[in-house]
Amino acid sequence: MNDNRFNPLALVRAFFRPIDPLLMLVLAVLLGAAHLLMQSASPERLDSQLVHFGVALAGMWVLAWLKPQRLLALAIPLYLLGVVLLIGVELFGEVSKGAQRWLDLGVARIQPSELMKIAMPLMLAWFFQQREGQTRFADFIVAGGLLLVPVGLIVIQPDLGTSLLVAASGLYVIYFAGLSWKLIVPLVVALVIGLGSIVAFGDTLCQPDVDWQVLREYQKQRVCTLLDPTRDPLGKGFHIIQSTIAIGSGGVTGKGWMDGTQTHLAFLPERHTDFIFAVLAEEFGLVGALALLAVYIVLLLRGFHIAANAPTHGARLLAGAVTMIFFTYAFVNMGMVSGILPVVGVPLPFISYGGTALVTLCLGIGILMSIQRSRFADKS
Amino acid sequence: MTEFRAPAVELAGFRLRVVVAAVFVLVCLGLLAARFHFLQVQRHDYFLTRAEDNRIALLPVVPYRGTIVDRNGVVLARNYATYTIEITPAQVPDLEATLDEIATLAPIEPRDRRRFHKLVQESRHFESVPLRNRLTDEEVARVVSQRYRLPGVDVKARLLRDYPQGASAAHVVGYIGRINERDVERIEEADETANYRGSLYIGKAGLEQSYERELHGTTGVEQVEVNAGGRAVRALSSTSAKPGNDLELTLDIGLQKIAEAAFGDRRGALVAIEPATGGVLALASMPTYDPNLFVDGISTQDWKALNDSPDHPMLHRAVYSAYPPGSTFKPFMALAGLELGKITADKEIADPGYFVFGGHRFMDDKIGGHGMVDLHKSIVVSCNTYYYQLAADLGIDAIAGFMAPFGFGERTGIDLPGEATGVLPSQEWKQRRFRKPEQQRWYAGETISVGIGQGYNAYTPLQLANALAALVNEGKLFRPHVVKYVIDSQTGERRAVEPEPIRQIPLQAAHLKAVLDGMVDVNKTGTGKSVFKDAPYSVGGKTGTAQVYSLRGQRYDKNKVRERLRDHSWFIAYAPAENPQIALAVLVENGGFGAKSAAPIARQVLDYYLVDRHAAAPEAEAEDVQAVEGADEQAVAGVPAPPPPAPTSSREGGGR
Repeated sequence: MNDNRFNPLALVRAFFRPIDPLLMLVLAVLLGAAHLLMQSASPERLDSQLVHFGVALAGMWVLAWLKPQRLLALAIPLYLLGVVLLIGVELFGEVSKGAQRWLDLGVARIQPSELMKIAMPLMLAWFFQQREGQTRFADFIVAGGLLLVPVGLIVIQPDLGTSLLVAASGLYVIYFAGLSWKLIVPLVVALVIGLGSIVAFGDTLCQPDVDWQVLREYQKQRVCTLLDPTRDPLGKGFHIIQSTIAIGSGGVTGKGWMDGTQTHLAFLPERHTDFIFAVLAEEFGLVGALALLAVYIVLLLRGFHIAANAPTHGARLLAGAVTMIFFTYAFVNMGMVSGILPVVGVPLPFISYGGTALVTLCLGIGILMSIQRSRFADKS
Repeated sequence: MTEFRAPAVELAGFRLRVVVAAVFVLVCLGLLAARFHFLQVQRHDYFLTRAEDNRIALLPVVPYRGTIVDRNGVVLARNYATYTIEITPAQVPDLEATLDEIATLAPIEPRDRRRFHKLVQESRHFESVPLRNRLTDEEVARVVSQRYRLPGVDVKARLLRDYPQGASAAHVVGYIGRINERDVERIEEADETANYRGSLYIGKAGLEQSYERELHGTTGVEQVEVNAGGRAVRALSSTSAKPGNDLELTLDIGLQKIAEAAFGDRRGALVAIEPATGGVLALASMPTYDPNLFVDGISTQDWKALNDSPDHPMLHRAVYSAYPPGSTFKPFMALAGLELGKITADKEIADPGYFVFGGHRFMDDKIGGHGMVDLHKSIVVSCNTYYYQLAADLGIDAIAGFMAPFGFGERTGIDLPGEATGVLPSQEWKQRRFRKPEQQRWYAGETISVGIGQGYNAYTPLQLANALAALVNEGKLFRPHVVKYVIDSQTGERRAVEPEPIRQIPLQAAHLKAVLDGMVDVNKTGTGKSVFKDAPYSVGGKTGTAQVYSLRGQRYDKNKVRERLRDHSWFIAYAPAENPQIALAVLVENGGFGAKSAAPIARQVLDYYLVDRHAAAPEAEAEDVQAVEGADEQAVAGVPAPPPPAPTSSREGGGR
């Protein structure tokens, strides 16, 4: 390529080169849906939502444009920065709603735990890339350590929802890196039994004088409210009661756009953020809910496809983990809104209002695009 | 490409894991789909009914807001029940026609309509918006009887806030207003969303804002069955609301009204503090406004009138506006000189009527000067030259270092919102304040005017009053407070706001005495003589005149200067001098010489507090309160009889 003449068409082509058309299409559908729902849920926020879109897409484009090995090279600095900032939050952070999550840098308030959602899988993918072909059991111990430090820091903020997401993002890398099935199967079984027994003995555990040791009072309340939403009908239980009513009353075809009574009579709390799925399910019914699931499935399958065909070990782990993070957001959010998981404050990916989460998620898409493109770069 | 290809086995293993993950993902999402099917198809009818009935759900029971009374139990803020006509715009097909229809049943003023339209624009479509308050029983009956023809129209019993004292102490009490989006954010931030469900109002200014948590109370829940039109049919169960706590203030509304009346239509502020506790006795900011205007959404005209007035009635001058202290700064300067060893009380200087520094002539007020001046005389006659010299000897950083412990240039921490810090100038302050290096430099000449309370000096009347209180309290500085007791609405327990000492400033008794003696003689033979010569109590004070406009060396002639550029008039005072019960600072904007405008106001306030208040016999005092109450006799009936005068009163009354 030694053609130096100015060619606008080539410029446009170069601009779109890193963009994966299928991922972009899925993203466009999701953001379009987000905008549509926001008109119903909280029209006064439409403008700032568009600003968030712009920032997030720009971030996505930058990552898509970088090569995966460049991304992996960022792993250590990002990870260290994240850990330092988390310690900073612990020492100097702002307290909001009884938890220290924000760090005021003068220019902007940032939530370092959000950075960790990207830095964690990057770090572990980089680590296993170094150990490629010679991964031993000891490596998984090291990886576990790398995972526990930031997760621990986030747990003490305390922010249970984010710590679970960060932990999950790391565990996905470890899983894809080849942790023995002999360990995974018993862990999953233990988890299922543990959750099952909480549900079974919920009434006893939720007595006010029972102290749960590891969990803060509000986290206990959330779990207990999930088990029996009527415990706190004006507060936290109100969320779940109202959102299940919204979803259920939507029926097969929904009440129609802008016609959701739950939404518009303001029975639905947090309707523009964590509970926006209830708006969708109320106004567009089962058809709308399943359509959203279908879009997410296309996104996830594309992600798995990219992972399976990625050129390097690190890229593969990263793509697999990012895809699973998308899944976790979607599953935890919809599970919480429909009342099968506790309210942990996870947004509906790409749909919920909120700039930080959207940027993080779009950076994830950017990573997938970058890995997808590197496959072609390899061939040429 | 530097990476090497993974062995085929590992790749195969990875792909297997991807397939397993994909299966897991599909199973989980399938689970969700099943859940949606369960909710939306199988149980659709149930949830649809719940949604239809959702207005059965839970109605919040808004708690009674706590009342606010002054130190004698006179009501400053309370609630009253009223019937209001409210409209839910979403349920009304033709809003204008409906309004016209209602107007035939109960009079609707154009003002009500305008306010209603403004509120409709600010509210969500499905919210019920008040159209008119204070319906008579007859009007209620007429509207209710026609309600079946008027969908979306409701008559509701509401509690409205009432400020029976009207404009008096409005800046202290503040007001409530409808909760707006920013309030919602703050409520969410404080995790109070559940408690504010159903609340329409929140404190927006004054104590209503700073004690919002105490006053608001805890919201209750009522389970009500509501028909499709949204009207309650019957109550199912309820948890009652816990009313907000009441506030009893240190403020004396009688004293406050005397102070406000003394200002007339002049602008300014008065702060009176009990030195031994930091309790605020009066906190006037003039002109003031009627907080009742805000209670149910202020009309555009009223707001415009308040906002556009050149007198800025909304401004809380006593805590938010900072003014150069003028000569009221001199007693503090004199003390600084003594404490820092730069002068002694009997050291004299010769005052030729000016002070030359760096080739510039700083003028004294008296042409030809005051002759030989010692510390006592410098305070009594308010000699500028003495303090020009002292400031030059001390230097700016020593001055700042001495003044800071008195609370100059720092927030006093009073329990009211929106306090200003003021400016205590120092080299360091100037460096922070300005950007350009040439502006950041402190010039020694600037120190000279600081010595007489001009220059960069700027303090709020509250800061000055509190510093004076610390001075007459042997250097003990308190956090000033307006609330004396928070009274629990259920147990009746009275939680006292304890006097909170901020610091003890180490001062030598002899130094303090020299300064205070000077201040007493200000009112006997000095600048305050004409106002206080016949006072039946001993009073220390200091006049002050703060330049608004620099005359650049020319002599000040008030007739030549436009009214708004005239000097501010200050007076600080405490009494009785031998055992101070009250310390105050008065500022009259553009009032000219301190003894002329501000001192007479101080005199009236001190007369009331030390003499008239006690002179009136107990029966007469009850009458007095009633007169103060004015607008509403009912309020007085509900208020316990004013407590007997404080035990210390006989001593005060017996003062000279």
